[in-house]
Amino acid sequence: MEILLSALTGLLYAGGVYLILRRSILKFIIGIIFMSNATNLLVFLSAGIVPGQPAFVDDTMKDAELMADPLPQALVLTAIVIGFGIVVFTIALKYKFFKTTSTDDQDQLTNTDA
Amino acid sequence: MNSVILQLAAKYLRILFLSFALIALVRGHNFPGGGFIGGLLAALYIVYDSLAFTTQQIKKELIVRPEHYIGSGLVCVLLSFLPSVLSGSPLMQGKWLSLDIPLIGVTKLGTPLLFDVGVFLTVMGVTLLFLFTLSTKK
Amino acid sequence: MFIILILYLVLAFALFLIPTKLSKFNSLLIALFHLCLFTFFMTHLPDVTAGKSIDISYQWIPQLGLNLVLKLDGLSIVFVLLITFIGFLVFIYANTYMKSYTGTTKFFFYLTLFSGAMLGLVLSADFIQLFMFWELTSVLSFLLISYFNENEQARKAAFQSLFVTGFGGLCLFVAIILIGSIVDSYSLTDWMEKAHIIKEDSRYLPALILVLIGIFTKSAQFPFHFWLLGAMQAPTPVSAFLHSATMVKAGIFLLARLYPVLGGTPEWTQIVPLFGALTMLTGSYLAITQIDIKLILAYTTISALGVLVLLLGMDTKQSVKAAMVFLFVHAFYKSALFMLAGFITKQTGTRSVDKIGGLIQSSPMSFVIAMIALFSMAGLPPMLGFIGKELIYEAKFDSPWLSTVLLIIGVTSNIFMVTIAFLFLFEVFLGKAKGGTKKPPGLYKYLLISPGILALLSLGFGLFPDLLTQLVGPALNIIRSDDVQIKLKLWHGLNQVFFLSVFTVIAGISLFIIIYRHQQIIKVWQRVNNRLFSINFTKVFSTGLDKFIAFSRKNTHLIQHGYNRYYIITIIAFTSILLVFQLYFTRGWEIESAFTLQPFYISGLVFIIMLSVLMSVLSKNSLFTIVAMAVTGYGISLIYLYYSAVDLAITQIIIETLMVVMFVLLLRRLPKFVKLSSRNTKIRDALIALGFGLIMTVLALKAIHVDFNPSISDYFVQNSALKAYGKNVVNVILVDFRALDTLGEITVLSIAALGVFTLLNVKKTKK
Repeated sequence: MEILLSALTGLLYAGGVYLILRRSILKFIIGIIFMSNATNLLVFLSAGIVPGQPAFVDDTMKDAELMADPLPQALVLTAIVIGFGIVVFTIALKYKFFKTTSTDDQDQLTNTDA
Repeated sequence: MNSVILQLAAKYLRILFLSFALIALVRGHNFPGGGFIGGLLAALYIVYDSLAFTTQQIKKELIVRPEHYIGSGLVCVLLSFLPSVLSGSPLMQGKWLSLDIPLIGVTKLGTPLLFDVGVFLTVMGVTLLFLFTLSTKK
Repeated sequence: MFIILILYLVLAFALFLIPTKLSKFNSLLIALFHLCLFTFFMTHLPDVTAGKSIDISYQWIPQLGLNLVLKLDGLSIVFVLLITFIGFLVFIYANTYMKSYTGTTKFFFYLTLFSGAMLGLVLSADFIQLFMFWELTSVLSFLLISYFNENEQARKAAFQSLFVTGFGGLCLFVAIILIGSIVDSYSLTDWMEKAHIIKEDSRYLPALILVLIGIFTKSAQFPFHFWLLGAMQAPTPVSAFLHSATMVKAGIFLLARLYPVLGGTPEWTQIVPLFGALTMLTGSYLAITQIDIKLILAYTTISALGVLVLLLGMDTKQSVKAAMVFLFVHAFYKSALFMLAGFITKQTGTRSVDKIGGLIQSSPMSFVIAMIALFSMAGLPPMLGFIGKELIYEAKFDSPWLSTVLLIIGVTSNIFMVTIAFLFLFEVFLGKAKGGTKKPPGLYKYLLISPGILALLSLGFGLFPDLLTQLVGPALNIIRSDDVQIKLKLWHGLNQVFFLSVFTVIAGISLFIIIYRHQQIIKVWQRVNNRLFSINFTKVFSTGLDKFIAFSRKNTHLIQHGYNRYYIITIIAFTSILLVFQLYFTRGWEIESAFTLQPFYISGLVFIIMLSVLMSVLSKNSLFTIVAMAVTGYGISLIYLYYSAVDLAITQIIIETLMVVMFVLLLRRLPKFVKLSSRNTKIRDALIALGFGLIMTVLALKAIHVDFNPSISDYFVQNSALKAYGKNVVNVILVDFRALDTLGEITVLSIAALGVFTLLNVKKTKK
């Protein structure tokens, strides 16, 4: 299964990069979402995948080896929420950009001063 | 959108949704859930609400503005550091209080719970602020 | 002595606190301070003459072996006395001179700071510390030259001087580090002790050249001399203080300081005198044809600095002795002349020799002072300048290396000096009064006090040269470690030096008479000079700088083109290449996992996600794109769920929902997709993207078999229930173990929210 999931990560990265390279800013944002999903997945996978053993502990100690690693999960959880914040911020930027320039084309953004 | 069914449903679902969010928050320490999920759930309900009503109406019902949720959330987080600072242990060390409440049994209340409440409020405020700013027509 | 430096700083800032009514006494206050310092250091003179030196050191950054070390020895006391004494006179002079300008507090602030920095420079016995003072003087010189900053020329000249001296400063810094790396210390004593090691090291030559560039830029040696000409834009007290007596002498000081460390090698005795001689000749030659009185003085200053460098480079007892005496000679007459030039400008309102004349009638006093100072410059007896010149000739006779050539250059240069002195005297003070509004001396007569004192010193020391012996002797012992017997006298007897002097004077005066009789000669000469030396260094400098800026602007445009896509392509391509190398060299290519489609429902899910990714990427309809994106997100959350990350899955689902809502909220206000890229671009982008995706796939496969540091996770798992009373380890990590990280994250989130809020509400207020 690891190969398939890795391939999925790679495909998400590829899709993200392709979209980021488009001139339309909406596609650019979706590209960012794909990239952030791909990175989350990469971090998640890197801990090794364990089906059906979530990291819940009881007073009776379970063997840590059998459980899914909780640390990357905690990392990814915050990363998801932060990613959401960043995406919304980019959306707002895009909206502002569209309002100001009435265009969707990133190549209109080459000058630093309006 | 001005659907009576939706509005009616929203009114009754409100209690369900919000209590669900609160439960997710409180039980988060032991079961799936927690401040992030609870806050997002609460925000999700308000998104649903905003489909039924106008943003203006929801803003009225929220009592305080989303910015204040963010602020109070951050204050909660900071307050949760106080006990450990005052008792002289390292900053952010969890402090717990055992309470024997009738009917419920022995419950442990600790600073991490307060911290989680802070996260809950902040996440909810942030999402609401996003929503309101983006949906306000100019 | 540290207290003195701190006092300077305090005094400089205190100037701003003095009430406006009293601020006209600012300058006199500082002058008084300098006089006190002068007497303070004079009391130390007997000790220093006896061969003692006063060392004070404080630890500064002991980890780096850097200390603050001050050293008052024979060499530094010479400079300290010069700085404090001339500082005293200059501040008295400036009190009257600066009255007609505004913003004088700032001016005195800079000038006081400069004086302090200069003092710190000559007292430093640690080279990093010395370098800092060195740069400080450069910066303050910049600020003082640009004092009339509404004048474009002054601004340009200031920038030019900063550029040249700053460049030299950097070279010096590199050199200090180079030598520091040889002996592993920056302290003067260590350098002196290990001088032979330094001289034998392979880094000696580069270090020497860099040091010399630093010195030559500071002391305005050819071909860096041009900044000193621009520096004449500064108010006259600055020219008299910085650009004749002190700052330009910092290079000479360093040359003398480093003489025991770097001097005496063949490289030293070949490079240093060469530049000194060149500077000496060009300076005095070009001075003759100048019209601006301050420029005449600037060129003669350059020439004199050349003489000093030449003497220190020649490496004989005689030459070093001559250098030290000449240091005083020059400081006395040149500062006096600059101050006089300021007086003349104030009186006549012009700096051009052509428009000035017959000043002797309106101010006979200034004529006397000028005569004494100019005679000292020309080296006529009984001035101190005569003794200096005799010593220089003597030194040149003794020179082991090219003595004839040096003599010819030296004599020529001195002939020019004599001519200039007479020209100056006759054109400015004698003859008919030409144009120029003559104001009565009135207030300006106070301007003559300081140059008067200096002129008297030139005369006094000339008549009683023994007084100077006390001062120069200890300095010589520091520079050349062997004991030098020093005796100064006016009359040396009828020897070859004397005859050479007589010849110089006669030749100079005849040249003067020819020029003075036939005024057109000088015009012709000017034209010839302009043709011969058509290179205008200032112009070369400024056009060179312009070209450099244009060049770098062009290159910056090439790299910073402003197209977001190409930045990203660069980043992605570079990352891909790095990753390939990294993976290849550390992990190899073989894949350790076996390919399986079990369990089928998960592999089916993965295929669905892949399809939705492709659809999202390729769709031409923005709504489809967003829906497909949502499918991807939900699919991933299911993967999280299956692989034991319950909290993650819930979060991902909610976030995905919210994201779609946000998109839909905005989508109706945005335009539809427009086809913007050509087919070729798309293929290129697709190739880049697929390449990157492939590499990331390999990376992910490799990453699965790399463990996170297991001890951390194990610790969390084991202590979650015991110490943090929580069964959900992920949540416990978030709110307890790593609470600080979570705090950071929600703070970032709040800032993003506020950012969105302000971004979209700014328009409201504008309307």
